[in-house]
Amino acid sequence: MSQMNMIRAINSALDIMLGKDPTVIILGEDVGYFGGVFRCTEGLQVKYGEHRVIDAPIAEGGIIGSAIGIGVNGLRPVAEIQFADYIYPGLDQVISELARLRYRSGGEFFSPVTIRTPCGGGIRGGQTHSQSPEALFTHLSGVNTVMPSNPYDAKGLLISAIESDDPVVYFEPKRLYNGPFDGDPDKPAMTWSKHPGGEVPEDYYAIPLGQAALVEQGNDLSIITYGTMVHVAPGRRQTGRRQCRHYRCAFTRSTGCCHTQKVGGENRSLPDRTRGLEIQWLRRGTGCHRAGRVLLPPGSTDRACCRLGNTLPTRL
Amino acid sequence: MAPQSHLHIPHPSARPGDVPDFSYLALCDAGAVARPASNSPASKIENLAHELVRVLDDEGQAQGEWAPDLTPGVLLEALRQMLLTRVFDARMLNMQRQGKISFYIQSLGEEAVSTGQGMALLPDDMLFPSYRNQGLFIFRGTSLVDMMCQCLSNTRDMCKGRQMPILYHNRKGNVFSLSGNLATQYPQAVGWAMASMIKGENHISAAWVGDGSTSEADFHYALTFAAVYQAPVILNVVNNQWAISTFQGFAGGERRPFSARGLGLGIPGVRVDGNDLLAVYAVTRWAAERARQGGGPTLIELVTYRGGAHSTSDDPTRYRPRDEWAAFPLGDPIKRLKDHLVKNGHWSDEQHASLENTLKQTVTDAWQEAISHGTMNSGPQLDVREMFEDVYDEMPERLARQRDQLLALKGDLS
Repeated sequence: MSQMNMIRAINSALDIMLGKDPTVIILGEDVGYFGGVFRCTEGLQVKYGEHRVIDAPIAEGGIIGSAIGIGVNGLRPVAEIQFADYIYPGLDQVISELARLRYRSGGEFFSPVTIRTPCGGGIRGGQTHSQSPEALFTHLSGVNTVMPSNPYDAKGLLISAIESDDPVVYFEPKRLYNGPFDGDPDKPAMTWSKHPGGEVPEDYYAIPLGQAALVEQGNDLSIITYGTMVHVAPGRRQTGRRQCRHYRCAFTRSTGCCHTQKVGGENRSLPDRTRGLEIQWLRRGTGCHRAGRVLLPPGSTDRACCRLGNTLPTRL
Repeated sequence: MAPQSHLHIPHPSARPGDVPDFSYLALCDAGAVARPASNSPASKIENLAHELVRVLDDEGQAQGEWAPDLTPGVLLEALRQMLLTRVFDARMLNMQRQGKISFYIQSLGEEAVSTGQGMALLPDDMLFPSYRNQGLFIFRGTSLVDMMCQCLSNTRDMCKGRQMPILYHNRKGNVFSLSGNLATQYPQAVGWAMASMIKGENHISAAWVGDGSTSEADFHYALTFAAVYQAPVILNVVNNQWAISTFQGFAGGERRPFSARGLGLGIPGVRVDGNDLLAVYAVTRWAAERARQGGGPTLIELVTYRGGAHSTSDDPTRYRPRDEWAAFPLGDPIKRLKDHLVKNGHWSDEQHASLENTLKQTVTDAWQEAISHGTMNSGPQLDVREMFEDVYDEMPERLARQRDQLLALKGDLS
């Protein structure tokens, strides 16, 4: 067991899969010689060669389109889109091709592409480096959407994503790369070194896609969330005028309404006290919000959520 | 008055009621273009993008260095393939007119593209067709019954009722699944070719788009990736002059041929008479040789003419002269190959008529078999459960639940 931040955990997953499976290749902008702008692919090209870790032209549609063809020809591509904000030129290839290839060909063709992409606010990236577009992808059939909330999950989920014969869009909440973040930008930055999620086995392990996990157990209130907000949730226990003394925080390791429903099943005894917390669109989001009103201090719901979310470029 | 800039709106050379005018097409005589070695540096062969490779002359004779060494037997098989495609198309168009299928797209006048290019590639080469490449499916052994069942969306439909008619695939024949979205197959074909190199194999890929689809971003992504990685891929632009009602000028074809689109990236372009089976075969063979020797991609523009409507959903007399095809200077690909074979004593009008009758019977027999698996209005129907299959490798619980809800509802209704 080692202490890893999320970047090292992702790097470890990629390293293990490149070593274990000769069909795995990586393709993306700056991923090869430079090791990625967030360092997630650092050292991998030196170790596995430039035919396995391939620098790509700056064309997201071309990266995803060619990755589909690479996957059809029997390889297992892991494509990196440098920021989720830049995935849109490749959206037609995801929606019309990747998601539906198996379906449209009666199950005869498929392409096991994993698309990794950093997302979310919190790094002072303004409106072009802060978006959380995961809901667009959870609305697709044929693609699995994943967003981890700590290094341990990041590694195990990425390994599962790469091994899956179904395509996966794997969002990396970049505010969590170096440490958990409770939503308060005025506090000193935390690291993963003292967090249990930062304890990551060096070796291979896989976490099945589509499962939820319970962070804390309580009786008064349930919060359902994922990604960055898993760490914001504990600071948002107040509801109305009452302070909840006991609460449970269940987070979905993969996003998507099916997974939310699994979490919801645990909360059937407390339906009026189940709350969803999302980093992104409040309306028509990933489905966590369907569980109820976002749990934030009275009068500050929308503003507080948007500070981390899609619409307002703030000092975050 | 000082010259001013103005918005240029391209106009075709003729609209309904006008005399057809193909003076805009730059032509070369058969045999006029030299055939360089297939490993020539791209910078030395840029002329190929601007000239027009032709083999068959107006007298039906093969001319020049591009004339391929094909036996009469091979050419007769090519003729049979093209004619079968045309007879199949005619039958399916008729079936759509009778309401037996919902939609159809013919390849009338463009048969040499699929047949000639299919012949020039090896069985393990992967094809990423466009929707007017039914000839490739036929060439790669897709049975007519399977193609008809796909158009009928019946119980033997390879797509299980999920695709519009004509959006076939053939996994065993290495023909990729057709998408309704245009040019998406172009970067996919490049990726497939990249993977072939990564795996150390020598298989190449080929992709097709029409002139209109060259405007799509995917076309440009594909050219860039193909050039950057020197992918062994043949990128084909079938310039049939029309994208529904939009003539090729709206795709930027007024000033430079489509074959020249890759020159800025160092991709050799070859402009070929798309209605000349011998030239189509020879040029594709040349590009395939080049790709297999590490020469990277080639962009081929096949100059042809869309003899029919875009699809069964448009009436071409509303936007182009009724007799435009008859005036097309490159003629009809089937007639040209037939004339070549007849003039050289390998074929006759009688044999041709007899072959056509045989093929019509073949297609009729196939149709009878196809409809035994169900039609749009009668016979066996696809199991509604198929609607939920193949979304994922394994069906998620939520889809199984939806399927069961539908089955329960069906039970209630029946």
